[in-house]
Amino acid sequence: MSALETSRDTPDDALGSRAPKVVARGVDVFYGKAQALYGVDLDIAEHEVTALIGPSGCGKSTFLRCLNRMNDVIEGCRVEGRITLDGQDIYDRSLDVVQLRARIGMVFQKPNPFPKSVYDNIAYGPRIHGIGAGKAELDEIVETSLRRAGLWEEVKDRLAEPGTGLSGGQQQRLCIARAIAVDPEVILMDEPCSALDPIATARIEELIDELRENFTIVIVTHSMQQAARVSRRTAFFHLGKLVEVGETEQMFTNPRDERTQGYITGRFG
Amino acid sequence: MATLAFGAVLLTVLVAFLAGRRRLAAQVSGAGDSHSLPDYHGAFVALWAGLPAFVLVLAWLLLQGPLVESLLVASLPAELVEGTSEAQRNLLVAEIKSIAAGQIFGQPEPALVDAAERFLAWRQIASWAMVACAAALALLGLALARSRVAPEFRARQRVERIFFWLMVFCSTVAVVTTLGILLSLLFEAYRFFERVPLFEFLFGLNWEPQMAIRADQVAGQGAFGAIPVFTGTLLVALLAMLVAGPIGLLSAIYLAEYSGRGFRRSVKPILEILAGVPTIVYGIFAVLTVAPALREAGAALGIAVAPNSALAAGAVMGIMILPFISSLSDDAIAAVPQSLRDGSYALGATKAETIVQVLLPAALPGIVGGFLLAASRAIGETMIVVMAAGLIANLTANPLEAVTTVTVQIVTLLIGDTEFDSPKTLAAFALGLVLFLVTLALNVVALRFVQKYREKYE
Amino acid sequence: MTAITSDSEQEMPASRQSYWRSEEHLRRVRRRHAADRRLQAYGIAAIALAVGLLGVLVSSLVATGAQGFLQTDLRLEVRIDPAEIDAEDPSRGDYRQLLMNSLDALLPGERPPGEQRKLRDLLSNGAQFQLRDEVVDDPGLIGQTLEITIPVSDPFDQLAKGTVLRETPEAQRRVSDQQIAWFDGLVEQGVVSTGFNWALFISPDSRFPELAGLAGALVGSFFALLVCFLLSFPIGIAAAVYLEEFAPKNRWTDLIEVNINNLAAVPSVVFGLLGLAVFLNFFGLPRSVPLVGGMVLALMTLPTIIISTRAALKAVPPSIREAALGVGASRQQVVLHHVLPLALPGIMTGTIIGLAQALGETAPLLLIGMNAFITSPPGGLTDAATALPTQIFIWADSPERGFTALTAAGILVLLGFLILMNAVAVFLRQRFERKW
Repeated sequence: MSALETSRDTPDDALGSRAPKVVARGVDVFYGKAQALYGVDLDIAEHEVTALIGPSGCGKSTFLRCLNRMNDVIEGCRVEGRITLDGQDIYDRSLDVVQLRARIGMVFQKPNPFPKSVYDNIAYGPRIHGIGAGKAELDEIVETSLRRAGLWEEVKDRLAEPGTGLSGGQQQRLCIARAIAVDPEVILMDEPCSALDPIATARIEELIDELRENFTIVIVTHSMQQAARVSRRTAFFHLGKLVEVGETEQMFTNPRDERTQGYITGRFG
Repeated sequence: MATLAFGAVLLTVLVAFLAGRRRLAAQVSGAGDSHSLPDYHGAFVALWAGLPAFVLVLAWLLLQGPLVESLLVASLPAELVEGTSEAQRNLLVAEIKSIAAGQIFGQPEPALVDAAERFLAWRQIASWAMVACAAALALLGLALARSRVAPEFRARQRVERIFFWLMVFCSTVAVVTTLGILLSLLFEAYRFFERVPLFEFLFGLNWEPQMAIRADQVAGQGAFGAIPVFTGTLLVALLAMLVAGPIGLLSAIYLAEYSGRGFRRSVKPILEILAGVPTIVYGIFAVLTVAPALREAGAALGIAVAPNSALAAGAVMGIMILPFISSLSDDAIAAVPQSLRDGSYALGATKAETIVQVLLPAALPGIVGGFLLAASRAIGETMIVVMAAGLIANLTANPLEAVTTVTVQIVTLLIGDTEFDSPKTLAAFALGLVLFLVTLALNVVALRFVQKYREKYE
Repeated sequence: MTAITSDSEQEMPASRQSYWRSEEHLRRVRRRHAADRRLQAYGIAAIALAVGLLGVLVSSLVATGAQGFLQTDLRLEVRIDPAEIDAEDPSRGDYRQLLMNSLDALLPGERPPGEQRKLRDLLSNGAQFQLRDEVVDDPGLIGQTLEITIPVSDPFDQLAKGTVLRETPEAQRRVSDQQIAWFDGLVEQGVVSTGFNWALFISPDSRFPELAGLAGALVGSFFALLVCFLLSFPIGIAAAVYLEEFAPKNRWTDLIEVNINNLAAVPSVVFGLLGLAVFLNFFGLPRSVPLVGGMVLALMTLPTIIISTRAALKAVPPSIREAALGVGASRQQVVLHHVLPLALPGIMTGTIIGLAQALGETAPLLLIGMNAFITSPPGGLTDAATALPTQIFIWADSPERGFTALTAAGILVLLGFLILMNAVAVFLRQRFERKW
């Protein structure tokens, strides 16, 4: 907790002994004049999976996109409050967003492989960041990343074929491999399974479980079962506010807030 | 006389409309008693009165000239027509017509004066016959259609069917136009290739059409070798693309990815103005401003620049096609899904890296389509080169020399009086055929590219 | 915070986290940002260049064309000498002599015939006819003194405007030192004035720049556009309505669609060839007439109108059609009563833009002979005429200095019409277009 430089109190459900990787305090987000997030305080622990759940339009994706400043791309979007990565303010002027995003990777709702070969999709990040000097080193990064994404065996003979030719589940794993090829510290996943069938979904969930050992993972999902299966901690968003955050098991068995309870038991959502 | 005929038809149409309505009104007592509204009955009668007569007048007007002419030739005394070529007969007809119009120079042959009188008389008869026939047909249509009007008559369906087929007809006009272009070019080009071998035309290195202008000197050896004309066209078009390509693409990149909405909204229309300026304006700009400036610049550097250099024409043409490239590339880049940008930015790529390595490759088919369309414009563009490029075919790749282009040759060969028999005139149609086919191919390929690209991301 | 260390069996370089902070990496990041700024600068430069070229185009035309709107005139007191002019037949007199008499009065002195001819060169060739026409109109003027304003000839017009320079050696300019002295003498007496060149709008073409105007071309363009509109507007709308509202989706309608798109990109000169071969040669219609010009332009405008009409029809939401069909209207009634009125602003906008293109089109009109030298405005659709752009083309090819300014002035007039038409189109779009 040494890196925390905030006047606010820590959230009521502290991480205990676990170190926070990302700390958000009083985050407000505006799209033009409309406010999308209201004073969100959240700690995200290192090397574990944090799930963000809530009904659609509750701001969970908006919050996720604040963490690697993807909201910068949207015209008229304004973020207030403070978000730190390892104690460093990511909205600080001196911070280079290009470097930030190399450290915080992202996987999107719909698989979005570039219209390039499988190999070039993976090598894109390392190339722009100058990781992997020679061809041999780059080959190694590509293979390692694909292996870690559990895709190597399926595509090792099709590295030169376009990534857009893979199946939906394979495409999403390709995107995960692409993200981890840069070796980020945090991986943000924005409903990564919503466009996939159940079998592909199970595959991705397994993968998330494996990746947890090396990466800090934040996943937005609208499926409570998925949150229960993959995450250690869960945060429940409602109408732009963070309602409740806690250990996943405790959230699902014994929610403190009645809105959480209503959502979990399916009264709304 | 045509005005009179059209007026008569129009009047009948009005009468027919009222007649149809009135006849229905005489048969029913109130609204709802008849199947169709009175206006439809009126329209039914009016259409039958007007359409056939209108078509008749149009056909008559188009065919009267050629028919009277062939009658005239047939009626000429044998000694005048015996053993004459088509060209000589045409000259004869032209002379008779000018006598008929009262333009008499010297003492024309009595046979010709007679013919002129016959010509006038026949034309008079034909015109009156047209008015009479049109009026008769209109009245006949009116009477027949009016007799059908009855309360149970389905006038609306009939009128709508006529309108339907009129619409179908109108929609075929575009196809007929294309066919007309193709057939007329093929026909005249065929007549050209009867005189000059196709091989000679396509691969000859010497283009001197003016040499063959005299009737006795049919197409001297190599006078119609179009290679230098083709290379000149390509040189000018290439220069235009070299100017427009980078400027257009870079502007498109900036407008699509860097600029704010306000800047984009104000700059795009300015670029589109460039596309709306008539080409003759560009031509005069090239002659008045660009060519002298290039010459002075050349002189300052000690380089000789021809007054009508390919560079001046090509550069100005580049300005003209710039908006095509910029707006089509802009569309193509904007059509790349946001998810690809997000994917690239999320990996920590800068804007430039995202544009060059992700967006441009993804938008490539659309951009290529835009470049091809622009190239087709450049090849087919006429006025800029007519004013700013040369007339003499010159086989060179030097942009500072004067070259000629296909369109320049077409215009210069056909400006002024045209005889449809000299290879000089027909050569223009052969060039036109090549131009049409090349631009058509470019357009088809370009549209294919653009369409495929659109389907991919829609 | 410690860097992520990879598992031993996965061979990722362990030093990755320190790499992000290494000097080497920071240098690389700076280079990448520089490249980004470079691309952005190229983009701005390209746009600036394009806009700048448009600026150069317009300003060079305005600079050259401005003079075309002005004309140097001479105000002369002319006595209509009954000895020279026969009251019975006033059209036959020697009006040039009358003009010379009053010029002699202004510049007294004995001049040999050669000099006298040089003095005459100051006057426009049309001046005598202008005087004659006034006298023929009102024979009562004979014997009286008349004040008349006549144009000076082109070289002196240029001298007054400063395009013919006095510093140029005498041998290299079209006016001699003596003539300049005479002209200056006239200026001193206050009879030389510069006014708006009304001839530009009310006179037809002429071989003399000071007399030439656009009247014939304006009427010719008007007739051609009228024919073009009368043909392309109804046919275009009918075709678009059929394709958009009634046509089945089959190979035939596909063919029509492809055809229309391709027709829109066929070079204009090819349409000229079509007009020449079919309208003039096959059907024997007269050369150089607005009727044929309008027909050719109509074929070129048709795709534009069809495409924009279809877009306007597409923009009308299906719910309107369903509502009208629901109350028992036939499909044609739906289109006629509901869809077309709603689409009309879009259709008009497309049509005006199409007509504006047609107005600026030159090449096809050259091929059907609308670049003839014609000194009277056409009286009808089948009178020989020029059009605005072909008239400009003729002037651009004329050697006299004055035609340079007239050419640019003609272009400014043409651009003025185009701006007007496009402004109307934009106004229609903004005023009436509905967003659904």
